[in-house]
Amino acid sequence: MGRYVIRRLLQMIPVFIGSTFLIFFMVYALGDPVAAMFGERAPDPATAAQIRRELYLDAPLWKQYLHYMGQIFQGNFGTAFNGQSVIELMVSAFPVTLRLTVVAVVIEMVVGVVLGVFSGLRRGRGIDTSVLVLTLVVVSIPTFVSGYLLQFLFGVQWGWAAPSVSPEVPLNELLLPGLVLALVSLAYVTRLTRTSIAENVRADYVRTAVAKGLPRHRVITRHLLRNSLIPVVTFIGTDIGALMGGAIVTERIFNIHGVGYQLYQGILRQNSPTVVGFVTILVLVFLLANLLVDLLYAVLDPRIRYA
Amino acid sequence: MTHQEAAPEPTGTAAAVAEPPLLDVRDLRVEFRTRDGVAKAVNGVSYHVARGQTLAVLGESGSGKSVTAQAVMGILDSPPGFLTGGEIVFQGRDLLTLRREERRRIRGAKMAMIFQDALSSLNPVLSVGAQLGEMFQVHEGVSRKEARARAVELMERVKIPAARERVGDYPHQFSGGMRQRIMIAMALALGPDLIIADEPTTALDVTVQAQVMDLLAELQRELTMGLILITHDLGVVADVADTIAVMYAGRIVETAPVHQLYKAPAHPYTRGLLDSIPRLDQKGRQLYAIKGMPPNLTAVPPGCPFHPRCPLVRDVCRTDPPPLYEVGPGRTSACHFWKETLDGAR
Amino acid sequence: MPEPSVPKEAIGHGDGGSAALALGEAESLERRPGAAPPGAGPPGGVPAGKPRSLWSDAWHDLCRNPVFVVSALVIVFLVIIAIWPQLIATGNPYRADLAKAQQGSQPGHPFGFDTQGRDVYTRVVYGARASITVGVCATTGAALLGSLLGGLAGFFGGWSDTLLSRIADIFFGIPVILGGLVFLSMVASTTVWPVVGFIVLLGWPQVSRIARGSVVTAKQNDYVQAARALGAGNGRMLLRHIAPNAVAPVIVVATIALGTFIALEATLSYLGAGLKPPTISWGIDISTASPYIRSAPHMLLWPAGALSITVLAFIMLGDAVRDALDPKLR
Repeated sequence: MGRYVIRRLLQMIPVFIGSTFLIFFMVYALGDPVAAMFGERAPDPATAAQIRRELYLDAPLWKQYLHYMGQIFQGNFGTAFNGQSVIELMVSAFPVTLRLTVVAVVIEMVVGVVLGVFSGLRRGRGIDTSVLVLTLVVVSIPTFVSGYLLQFLFGVQWGWAAPSVSPEVPLNELLLPGLVLALVSLAYVTRLTRTSIAENVRADYVRTAVAKGLPRHRVITRHLLRNSLIPVVTFIGTDIGALMGGAIVTERIFNIHGVGYQLYQGILRQNSPTVVGFVTILVLVFLLANLLVDLLYAVLDPRIRYA
Repeated sequence: MTHQEAAPEPTGTAAAVAEPPLLDVRDLRVEFRTRDGVAKAVNGVSYHVARGQTLAVLGESGSGKSVTAQAVMGILDSPPGFLTGGEIVFQGRDLLTLRREERRRIRGAKMAMIFQDALSSLNPVLSVGAQLGEMFQVHEGVSRKEARARAVELMERVKIPAARERVGDYPHQFSGGMRQRIMIAMALALGPDLIIADEPTTALDVTVQAQVMDLLAELQRELTMGLILITHDLGVVADVADTIAVMYAGRIVETAPVHQLYKAPAHPYTRGLLDSIPRLDQKGRQLYAIKGMPPNLTAVPPGCPFHPRCPLVRDVCRTDPPPLYEVGPGRTSACHFWKETLDGAR
Repeated sequence: MPEPSVPKEAIGHGDGGSAALALGEAESLERRPGAAPPGAGPPGGVPAGKPRSLWSDAWHDLCRNPVFVVSALVIVFLVIIAIWPQLIATGNPYRADLAKAQQGSQPGHPFGFDTQGRDVYTRVVYGARASITVGVCATTGAALLGSLLGGLAGFFGGWSDTLLSRIADIFFGIPVILGGLVFLSMVASTTVWPVVGFIVLLGWPQVSRIARGSVVTAKQNDYVQAARALGAGNGRMLLRHIAPNAVAPVIVVATIALGTFIALEATLSYLGAGLKPPTISWGIDISTASPYIRSAPHMLLWPAGALSITVLAFIMLGDAVRDALDPKLR
């Protein structure tokens, strides 16, 4: 197990370097951070050159990257457009997005698994078919559309929820944005659970459990669900990183000042340190979530643990 | 065949009268409703088993032997399977009239089942100890610790070496034979009165087959349980069975005490089965094979279902389904020409 | 009878901003450390079938499946109006009449007017072109690149396989929407090509994983081993015995991806990084209309509806095709 973790960690390193370098390349090589600093005005060439030297921008790209990463590992993410340090932005933004993500994951887990179990056990019947069609419809509506739709219905028409989130970001105001963020993943979790349950319900070991005279609820929770949730756990794990990155749309709709908001501002204003810093952290979160899933997999499935 | 309360005359018929059978299946009917039509998988099957007796149910795949057993256990997949008629009388009670909860309490405790493929029939993510102990936790409400101790006892009983160390292992860590022993242990856990073994040795290596079969027979004798042994392998049956029921296309075509059936079958299908066993003393001769294929259960031929493949077929076979003729004491045959068949064999 | 129930369940994650465009079973199988033990769990990839009977059976099934028929008709309709929008919209999508700005439905203008007084119906019809173009081009590109790289890596194995898997991991590691925002905000072009290029860039790994998986499975088939034993060359093996097995899963994943790519384009355009005016895109129109959702919701709802129906049609089609091509359901 320990060796396995180390191997996975080592495998993550090239992926981490590759992904961050790619983003770094896009921002620093395709764009011009110095020109962006001056906005519309053309910078004085001498000043521009001096800034370049100060920011280490005159070195070859790979050296810049190494320099940047070195800085990051010393906790220095640079300065954002308004003079705030990027670290400060992160400290204010990440907890907000984390809360939003947690709300979303809880919603997708609870609702998705319940719906999936429900329709998987009734495979081929009316409820099952409706759930399947509904999930496809949900998957087809892009988040920015469903976001406005739900905001309009719940927030404006019916007044059930706040249409935008106040700066303190209380949990109850995050329910609607959380649902919007979770919606597409929710549909996937439902379908995944449903397929998994419908496949396993005919499995020999479930038949054995029934033949042992176990009560129905025990057959379902202990034997059927435990096996069927393995792929679902995998999905949710990889989804955590994806949700944090995907919060950009939801945060814009509900005016939440989280990671997505800061990144969006950073991209609009072409503020390179903000963009690269935030994306680097997101990539790291994504990779760690994947690692966690792999480990969880081994815990849930002994066939892998002892392989 | 020692009966607890020794009947004065332990002849077959007298014993049957003195003690009602442990399990009495009467005219059982099961159909599968699928997209392609209704398949009558079990079509009026009757058989019975007494305590300490072994009934072998013999037939090709698709003959309805496993479906009958699943119906008896109450683990039929429904849909598509539906029980459409008959009675299953177990220890004097018709199981089909019981409520679901009462039925559940009987499953595992009074009657238990052993499946063919132990690897897929055991839950891959639970330790064998947990799966064995679960029987005691659910049916007897014992603590987890106690259940684990009883699981070790069970494993020792079916002769799994180092049971105490291996109780926490998972099914995939055992060999095929050991896994099947665990299945047997699971079936034995609560001291059932009836065990249904569905092809218990088919998935095993030949060398292991005999060991597992011996263990099963030994435990059955020791505990005087009723055993229904479902198989397609005539070789397995000869040593352990008391009675044989041969099934074809959802019906029982012949029932007989094992030695009589081997000596002189009363149905052409049984005869065909016996003739297709390779025998050492007939080396060099071409093996016999029953011609044709088993019928599609959605379109069973009219008359005798075996008639398209039968070497003795006559006109009446194509129109009139044969009843179960009483051929001798404890012997029946569903063949219009059972006498000829019987005589031809002698 | 719609009974979609194949493990490759979760597909594109177009607008969840997922780095993993595809989170299918094929992928989660790969995530399992070590290969799945024999006899445990579903076999990796799509089981190889006999191509000919598979295709004709699948076609027969599809024609009887109402979901397939309806979504196919919708798609044919969308493609036709993408090519000839004038067929059903005679107006000029750019003509603005500020006096009519934000007005609702009226005779001759069933969907009303947008903030600049342009006819929403005409713009919705013309918007199909950008979406379909991006969807079709990006999918074709990603499918070709992905199946080529994935197929070769799966066939030859070894270091090229490892290298490709790691490269695919890198692209999976980048959150899609963020990557799109960063990449596309650096490009000034107003054509669809940067968007197509970007989607191909981030979309190929999902196809390559599927293609690689089916090639690896096919390679282990007895008849392929037999062909090798009989001295078939690499080229012949790939073309005759292995490629046909990978075609079905790639088609399925590509059809569904097409829907999610369209959603992704709209999302990027909505965020201001995808297509740019004067290109007519549903995403841009939704973004423009979004501040007025309380006062004039029709400006948002019509393009949003058109977008959702288009994505739904492709996803449903992919779903139906997958059901038909998956021999496990037979």
